Amino acid sequence: MQQFFDMRKNPGGAWVGIVLVAVALAVLPWVLSGIGTAWVRIMNLAILFVLLSLGLNIVVGFAGLLDLGYIAFYAVGAYVYALLASPHFDLHLPFWIILPLGAAVACLFGVLLGAPTLKLRGDYLAIVTLGFGEIVRIFLNNLSQPVNLTNGPQGITLIDPFRIGSFNFATRETILGLDFTGPVKYYYLLVLIVIVIIVINLRLQNSRIGRAWEAIREDEIAARAMGINTRNMKLLAFAMGASFGGISGGIFSATQGFISPESFVLVESIMVLSMVVLGGMGNVFGVILGALLLSFVPEVLRYTVEPMQMALFGRMWIAPEVIRMLLFGLALVLMMLYRPAGILPSALRKRELEAKR
Amino acid sequence: MSPGHPLPLLTAKGISKRFGGVHALADVDFAINHGEIYGLIGPNGAGKTSLFNVLTGIYTADGGAFVFDGLPIAGLKPNDVAARGIARTFQNIRLFANLSALENVMIGRHVRTHANVIGAIFRDAKTRAEEDAIERRAHELLAYVGIAKRANTLAKHLAYGDQRRLEIARALATEPKLLALDEPAAGMNATETASLKGLLGDIRRDGTTILLIEHDMKLVMSVCDRVLVLDYGKKIAEGTAADVQKDPKVIAAYLGGEIELNLKGAA
Repeated sequence: MQQFFDMRKNPGGAWVGIVLVAVALAVLPWVLSGIGTAWVRIMNLAILFVLLSLGLNIVVGFAGLLDLGYIAFYAVGAYVYALLASPHFDLHLPFWIILPLGAAVACLFGVLLGAPTLKLRGDYLAIVTLGFGEIVRIFLNNLSQPVNLTNGPQGITLIDPFRIGSFNFATRETILGLDFTGPVKYYYLLVLIVIVIIVINLRLQNSRIGRAWEAIREDEIAARAMGINTRNMKLLAFAMGASFGGISGGIFSATQGFISPESFVLVESIMVLSMVVLGGMGNVFGVILGALLLSFVPEVLRYTVEPMQMALFGRMWIAPEVIRMLLFGLALVLMMLYRPAGILPSALRKRELEAKR
Repeated sequence: MSPGHPLPLLTAKGISKRFGGVHALADVDFAINHGEIYGLIGPNGAGKTSLFNVLTGIYTADGGAFVFDGLPIAGLKPNDVAARGIARTFQNIRLFANLSALENVMIGRHVRTHANVIGAIFRDAKTRAEEDAIERRAHELLAYVGIAKRANTLAKHLAYGDQRRLEIARALATEPKLLALDEPAAGMNATETASLKGLLGDIRRDGTTILLIEHDMKLVMSVCDRVLVLDYGKKIAEGTAADVQKDPKVIAAYLGGEIELNLKGAA
């Protein structure tokens, strides 16, 4: 995958690769619209999960800090957006102000979580972050009294979509003879954001900062002995990961138009972590693949399992939800057996194989 | 004392470290001069590695003070100690196992380079130049310790002796004034040890002072200018290799003359 985009060694191939991917990405929503508008929405949600996974990958994949409460930052970003762009407080700030603001607030929360957990690793860190995720959700659930800040379990409704001047991302309109529905417009924006975030991820990984994170992941004591300020580097990882979560949260708010604490439960944290692990911890392209797979497979099942069983047996024997869990279990077992490092293991291992050949 | 440097590079005064009731280090004094190879020996459990850990900030001393290059270093964190110019290797090799040899050394450059998040994301000319310099220097250091061909091998897949060399290269990448080596010859065969001896000589010649913990007495006696002997956390002897090996206290510490047996080949 990566060698296609290697500008230094293979510039021609890289450009061909980039053009092909760009064309595929540009055409994709129209293909999906052909199947059904719902699929464009599903694609958007999948891209959102790609964003989330890339953020978590910085914390878990690069720096090796197991974070089970990552969804809290998503929640923080989502609520910052919802509170500042909805009738709840009757504030309607433009998205290009609130989205970065949401990222900044999530970043602050990342540091707040990071600071007390600096000395923890592995299981202990996982438990503390899990607790943090739950604390945020419970606060969101209960901050409707004494002052109604979050509207409690009812959540926040009628959240503004993205708007630039008179251009509204949620409405349908015809541009240059093409029929752009709301989801299609969001799709292009999301693709743009995700590309920026992918580039940031790749560049961070191949930098002095990324190497310091990897050193901490491999051996913290040796990292310190080599002069790496592990405290600052860990806080930086938490902060970067959290801000990506915050941005995703803001986009989630805007695309859904409604959020409640229900959307930010522990299972979501585990889902994002599974995407990172399934795809290949620490490998940006693996993580993207993991996120897309785990977002799409359940949806495909939802649409195929019922008609298939109806056609075969005349009635439904196993609900799509159950099949999904069965498949997840099977995938987990197969992965542990055959690809313990993920579907696309980290780039380093590949580099080593190349060097041997 | 070497000419041009009136003060020793490192002075230790009254260093003490207790673990519960055990005195791992009791009132240890010594001084290392610029440009020497200073040996640190003693039976197992004598406190050699504890002294390394106190020196490099992994443990805090219960008493005493280090002065390094004219400034006190007591209470500094390990990363600050490294920034001051003390780099170390570990007795039980602590490489970044899943990273390539080259990357291990590139990480050693961290403390002498400056790129931050903004630089990493935007990759401006300055950051790119720095990255290139880091990679070039890492390749040079791999060649210097003699494992240039292993640059892309994961650290954990390197042969044992090469792992020891990689640890030295990684430590040298931090541009230390004092290189502290914790049993670099452990597990090496005679040929490997001989070439390690050559490497130590090169490092000293190129201006880095070396503090060496080693059990291979042949190596210690042939390469070290002066030797400090610890036993039960106390300094029992200090001096040239020849003086120390005649010291009755040292012989007693090494179980009644065993050390003499080992040394016959070295002399």
